[in-house]
Amino acid sequence: MKTKFTVNGKGISVHFSPTDRLLDVLRNYGFTEVKEGCRDGECGACVVLLNGKLVNSCQVLAASAMDGNVVTVKGLAGDKAAPIQEAFVDAGAVQCGFCTPGMVLATYALLRENPEPDTGEIRRALDGNLCRCTGYVKIIQAVQLAAERTKHHE
Amino acid sequence: MKNSISTPTDRLDGPEKASGKAVYTDDIRPEGLLFARTLRADRPRARITAIRLPEIPDNYFIVDRNDVPGRNRIKMLEDDWPFFAGEVINHVGEPILLVVGPDREKVADILNSIEVEYEDLPPVLSIDDAIAAKSPIFGDDNCFAAYSFRKGDPDTAFSTAKTVIEGEFKTGYHEQAYMEPQGMIGSYKNGKLTVTGSMQCPFYVKNAMMQLTGFKEDAVQIIQATTGGAFGGKEEYPSLLAGHVAVAAIKTGKPVKLVLERGEDLAVTTKRHPSVSRYRSAIDENGRVIAMEADITLDGGAYAGLSAVVLQRALFAAIGVYNIPNVTVRGRVMATNHVPSGAFRGFGAPQAFFAVEMHMEQIASELGMNPLTFKEIHLVRQGDTTSTGGVLRDEIKIHEMLAKVLKMSNYRKKEGIFASKKGRFRSGIGLAIYLHGCGFTGKGEEIIKGTATIRKLAEDRAEILISNVEMGQGAQTTLRKIVARILELPIQNIEYANPDTDRVPDSGPTVASRTVIIVGHLLESAAKELKKRWNESETLSVSKSYRHPSYIQWDQDKLQGDAYPAYSWGIVAVEVEVDTLTYETAVKGVWTVHDVGIAIDEEIIRGQIEGGILQGLGYASLEVMDTADGAYRQHSFTDYIIPTSVDAPVIESELIDNPYEYGPFGAKCAGELPIAGAAPAYAAAVSHALGIEIHEIPVKPEILIKRAVK
Repeated sequence: MKTKFTVNGKGISVHFSPTDRLLDVLRNYGFTEVKEGCRDGECGACVVLLNGKLVNSCQVLAASAMDGNVVTVKGLAGDKAAPIQEAFVDAGAVQCGFCTPGMVLATYALLRENPEPDTGEIRRALDGNLCRCTGYVKIIQAVQLAAERTKHHE
Repeated sequence: MKNSISTPTDRLDGPEKASGKAVYTDDIRPEGLLFARTLRADRPRARITAIRLPEIPDNYFIVDRNDVPGRNRIKMLEDDWPFFAGEVINHVGEPILLVVGPDREKVADILNSIEVEYEDLPPVLSIDDAIAAKSPIFGDDNCFAAYSFRKGDPDTAFSTAKTVIEGEFKTGYHEQAYMEPQGMIGSYKNGKLTVTGSMQCPFYVKNAMMQLTGFKEDAVQIIQATTGGAFGGKEEYPSLLAGHVAVAAIKTGKPVKLVLERGEDLAVTTKRHPSVSRYRSAIDENGRVIAMEADITLDGGAYAGLSAVVLQRALFAAIGVYNIPNVTVRGRVMATNHVPSGAFRGFGAPQAFFAVEMHMEQIASELGMNPLTFKEIHLVRQGDTTSTGGVLRDEIKIHEMLAKVLKMSNYRKKEGIFASKKGRFRSGIGLAIYLHGCGFTGKGEEIIKGTATIRKLAEDRAEILISNVEMGQGAQTTLRKIVARILELPIQNIEYANPDTDRVPDSGPTVASRTVIIVGHLLESAAKELKKRWNESETLSVSKSYRHPSYIQWDQDKLQGDAYPAYSWGIVAVEVEVDTLTYETAVKGVWTVHDVGIAIDEEIIRGQIEGGILQGLGYASLEVMDTADGAYRQHSFTDYIIPTSVDAPVIESELIDNPYEYGPFGAKCAGELPIAGAAPAYAAAVSHALGIEIHEIPVKPEILIKRAVK
C-alpha cells in the first residue's frame, strides 16, 4: 500500500503492507525517536501526535492514518517544546531515556489542554507512559517545572 | 554540611535522550541488514526427534547449532548453557534455530511453517520436584550450588533457648521490565566479528563470543549501544543474543539484527529467582535472639547461569542488619525446567531481606513486642562481626538514620493511632532496615582485576576509557564528574563514549553496584596521577588496575571473612491504607534515609533511590510471574503490571554523609541498595494495618482476603 503522511511538517510518501502499524512505518522511514516498548499500547514509548491527538502509534494501523499529520518528539515546535525537554533534563527526570520522547509528548499534550495541572492531573495524564527508572518522582517535578516555564513564555 | 561534589550537575546524556536523538540498538539500520527471529521450544523438557523445514527462498537462511564455529556454550560460571538447543531442550522458549532474511514478514512466515517433533521427557517443574530428583537434569541431585556456614555455637544456643520461633517466607519471579527490549546486531567483515547492542558487560559478551567462535581476541569487537534500562537483566542474557547474531552474521556475511518483542522478552529472558526461606530463631528470657538459622532455596531454572553467585549474596544478607551471636546459614539453588533465573538489581539480597525482616516482625509479634523496638535492640554496630566472621570496620550511622526516618515519617505517633483504627479503611506503617555489600562478592574483584584508563587529548580535554556502561543509572555524569573535578576541567571537556572493546581496557562488568566505588576509584587515582603529569607530554595515558586492599581477607572455600570491602545502608518506612472491603492497598507515603558514603551527585542518587523503591514496591504488591507447565503465564504489560504514575507514591528521601576511605570522594555503592527494603517495609505496613503476619510477596488482595476470612 502507498500513502502520504505529513511528519514533523514535511510531506513523505510511504509504502507499507496492510498489517503495518503507524509505528512500523514511522520507524522504517527513519523516525526512530518513536520507540517500540511493548507493541500492546501499554507503555506509551511510541506515542505521537496524530492530527493533534496523542496516540500510541503501535495501536494505529498505518492505513487508517492515511494523509495524517504526525508529530514526533523531534517535530515539537514552538515555545512550548524546548522548555519541556529542558525541564526533563533539569529536573533529573531522564535516566535510560527510552520512555522520555513519549513522556515529553504526553507532557506537551497535557499542558496544551491544561497549562497549570495539579499533581493528580499530571499523574493521570502520564498514566499511559511507563517508566521503570525514576519512580516518576522527578518526572512529575519535570512536568511542574515545564508548566511553570511555559507559563512564563506566554 | 553537604559535600560539594554532591551538588547536582545536569545529566550529560539528558539532552540527546529528551530530544529523541539518542540511538538505541533497534534504531541502527546498516545497509543490507537481515532480520532474525527465533524458533523456540514450546515445552519444558523433551528430545527433539525431527525438525521439518519448508523450502527456504533465496536470501533466507536457517541458522542453528551446526553453524557454530567454536563451542556451543555461553561462557559463564558453568559452561552448561547452549546458544542453540542440542538434542534435548530444557525449558519453554529455549532457542532451537534462527530464521534470517531481509523481509521481516517473510521471516515470520517461514518460522511459523517449521514443524518440530518432540519426545517428551519428565520435567522438573518446582523446587520440590527438583529436590525429589526423580529424573534429574543437573548432576544427580539437581543442585547447581549449595553452601553453608556458621558463626558461634548455634547448637548450644538453641538447646538453652527459652523460645524457638520458626517461619517460612516466599518470593516469586520478578521481571526487570527495562523499557527497551533486548537486542543485538552482528556483522562479520574481513574475518572480524562485531556485535553492537544493549548490554551491561561488553567483556562478558566478548569472552562469550570468543568461546563461541574460536576467534582470537583481536577478531572480536563488542560495542555497547545506548541502553534503555537493564537492572541486571542485561548482565548475562545479552551474551546469548550476541551469539545468535554472531553466528548468523558469519553464516550470511551480512549484518543481522535480532530484537526481542516485548512478549518474547518477558517469556525467555532471566528473572529474579523465586525463593523459599525457612528461618528459625532461639530467643532468651530477655527477648533477645541468641541464635538464628536461615535456609534459603532458589529456583535457578534450566541452566546454571549466575545462580551460584546470586545465592551467595542472598546468604550473606540472610541475617540482615542484626548482630546475632550464633548463626547457621544454609542455601541451595536448584535446577528446574524453567527459564533460567538470573541477575536483577539486588542479586539475591531482596529475597533474603524480605525473609529476615518478616521473620523479625514475626518474632516480635509472637513475643508481644513492638517490632521496631525489637529490631532496634539487635542492630549491628561498628566493630561487630558479620555472619561470615568479617568485621564491620567502618562507621555505621544506622541509629542516626533511624532517628531521622522516624521523625520524617512521624512513625511512632502513626504507629499508635493506626493500631486503634476501626472501620473499613485500615492504616498501617512498617519499616525495613537493610544494607548492600559494595562490589563483587568474595574474591570477585580480585579475579576481574579491572583496569581504567584516562587519556589526555588536545585542547585541555581528556577521555575516560573503561568498559562500564551508561544504562540509565548515571555513569556518564557521575564518572565524568569525578575526573573533571580532579583534573580541574569543565565536565564537558571529559569524553566518555559508549564502550567499544577495541578501544577500552576491561574495567569489569557494570554490575554489583561496583561502577562508582571500584571503577570510579580507579579513575580517581588515574586522574590524580594524570593531573600531576599533565605537562609531561601532548599525548599521555594513565591506567590503574584494581589492587585488593590487604586488610580484606576472604576464604572462598570456607566462606569466611569479609564478603565485601564496604557496605551502604538504608532504611525505608512505608505507610499504607487497606480497604477491608476489597483488600486493595494504597501506599500513602514513603520515607527513606540512605548512607551511600558521599553521593557523587545527589540528584542521580535520588533518582536511583526513587526508582529502586518503586521497583521494590511493585515486587511487594503486584509484580509476579507464575508458571504453568514450565511457561510464564504473563505475556505482556497487560498481565505483568508494573507501577504507573498513578500508583507511584510520594517518596521523601534523605542522604547522610559517611565518607569511605577507598571510594572516590568517599563514595560507596547505591544502585542496588534501595530495592532491598521496599518489599518488607510494605508487607510490615500491611501486617500492621490488618494485624496479621505476612510470609509471602506480592501481597495481593486475594491473599489478604483468604487470610481475613480464616
